[in-house]
Amino acid sequence: MKRAWRWIRENSAMMVAILVLIYMLAPIAVIALFSFNDPTGRFNFEWVGFTTQYWQDPFANSELTDSLMLSIRLAFFTSIGATILGTLLAIALVRYQFMGRKASNLLIVIPMATPEVVIGASLLSFFLSPAFLPINFQLGFTTLLIAHIMFSISFVVVVVRSRLIGFDRRLEEASADLGAAPITTFWKVTLPLIAPGVASAAMLSFALSIDDFVISNFNAGAEVTFPLYIFGANQRGIPVEVNVIATMLFTVTVIAMLAVIFQQRRAERMAERRADDDNKATVSVPI
Amino acid sequence: MTTLRQRLLPYALLAPGVVWLIVFFVIPMYSMGELSLRTGSLTEGFQLTWAFENYTNAISEYSTQFFRAFFYAGTATVICLLIGYPLAYAIAFKGGRWKNLMLFAVIAPFFTTYLIRTIAWKTILDDSSFVVGVLKTLQIVPQDGRVLATSGAVIAGLTYNFLPFMILPLYASLERLDLRLIEASKDLYASARVTFFKVTVPLTMPGIIAGILLTFIPASGDYVNSTFLGGTQQAMIGNVIQSKYLVVNDYPVAAALSFTLLVIILIALVFYIKFAGTSALMGDDDEKETA
Repeated sequence: MKRAWRWIRENSAMMVAILVLIYMLAPIAVIALFSFNDPTGRFNFEWVGFTTQYWQDPFANSELTDSLMLSIRLAFFTSIGATILGTLLAIALVRYQFMGRKASNLLIVIPMATPEVVIGASLLSFFLSPAFLPINFQLGFTTLLIAHIMFSISFVVVVVRSRLIGFDRRLEEASADLGAAPITTFWKVTLPLIAPGVASAAMLSFALSIDDFVISNFNAGAEVTFPLYIFGANQRGIPVEVNVIATMLFTVTVIAMLAVIFQQRRAERMAERRADDDNKATVSVPI
Repeated sequence: MTTLRQRLLPYALLAPGVVWLIVFFVIPMYSMGELSLRTGSLTEGFQLTWAFENYTNAISEYSTQFFRAFFYAGTATVICLLIGYPLAYAIAFKGGRWKNLMLFAVIAPFFTTYLIRTIAWKTILDDSSFVVGVLKTLQIVPQDGRVLATSGAVIAGLTYNFLPFMILPLYASLERLDLRLIEASKDLYASARVTFFKVTVPLTMPGIIAGILLTFIPASGDYVNSTFLGGTQQAMIGNVIQSKYLVVNDYPVAAALSFTLLVIILIALVFYIKFAGTSALMGDDDEKETA
């Protein structure tokens, strides 16, 4: 009895953890399961019977496919724009002391502390009657892109800057000592070293953009992104193909993630082996 | 020459991003503020009449939805902290070889669209679903009762959707915890519980603060969960802002509501950070870095 009690106490955190993980993964399982459902009516909420019918041609629904393509295109351009702007900001903030540094920091933090609905609403107010600017905005792809880049920048800064903080400045000094111009140092030393941070920032902004509903809801005009399509389809009944595509996207992302992790592990192991081989000549490169 | 160039370099790096944020974040806030003081209609146009009564009217008319939003978001945040902490703790200290897999499971929901996940909950909590059947058999839910379109369903949805934002900062701060401090506490004869509340929790405070902010702020403005999982009695302030802007086109009142929500959150944030004494949102040590 006492031993059982002790076992429970020692493993209680783990048991709670497992229950919470089940809670977190349950909806994903439901999405995948209901992609094989054969609903009788328009609504796919009740399990009727098993079919692979919707997996045979998930892209048949052109409205759905168009919205997906639009979302991918939007996410692609968002991730390019936000990654460039955010990386430059992060470099300036980590590397330099200048007037207005605190203010710039604040300008980057506040959008992350603003509820999405407020960002969406303020952008719509602005696009309806742009203050200070002699421009007329037409709600559509451009306004979506502007909005998505805007809310992604802060997240890019956070990711890239964490990479920059753990950066060995001596490598750049060495490059300069060897006669490289600052711009060469940037392309040949700095960028390759912060590349993993920049790449994850780009992936993050892509993911944020493709998943965004609230801000797009306000600023899309007549354009229909994938989340907006789902929102609209909700009243009419969401087609089973949505579940199929969601399951496919999930599987592809998981496989890609696992491949990256596996690749990293292998690279680490090989680096370790190499370090063991020529222990004497090792120069530690903190990454 | 070079010194001038060097002094201007940071501004050149900053300029594109800062201009973008000023033009598409700061100025829109101004636009929204100005719009909130106008009167008129969509057909006749909205004139700036400094109509401050938009605010008093909006707040008195929709105070229920404001309170409901903060109540739902607050409850969801507390639940997230209570279930997220043990999970983050288990991943950091008990995970062993399963650590990466568990972390992976935490972020896995992000690989499906937010809306689809929320709709999956609608399937799970549907009147005819297995889960609701079990709850009815266990008499937790009355025979003719529903789970959908209740406050509970909306809070459960909010909890689910924002849980990773609680877990990740908690995990980050637990991971950094110096385990020798826990050993020291035990060596000094503190019980497991005393050690947890006097050592572990205070040391992971930055993670707790960041987690609470990252959960509460988005949850309080959310309208997706209440749209899909709630009924008309569960409308949050986000629902009102959304429909006033996009359905009714009553822009001034919508702008006033949205501005009020922002101000409340910013005031709460400032007090909270003052009280907690850290700029946890960014997770950075700015002070140390500049010193």
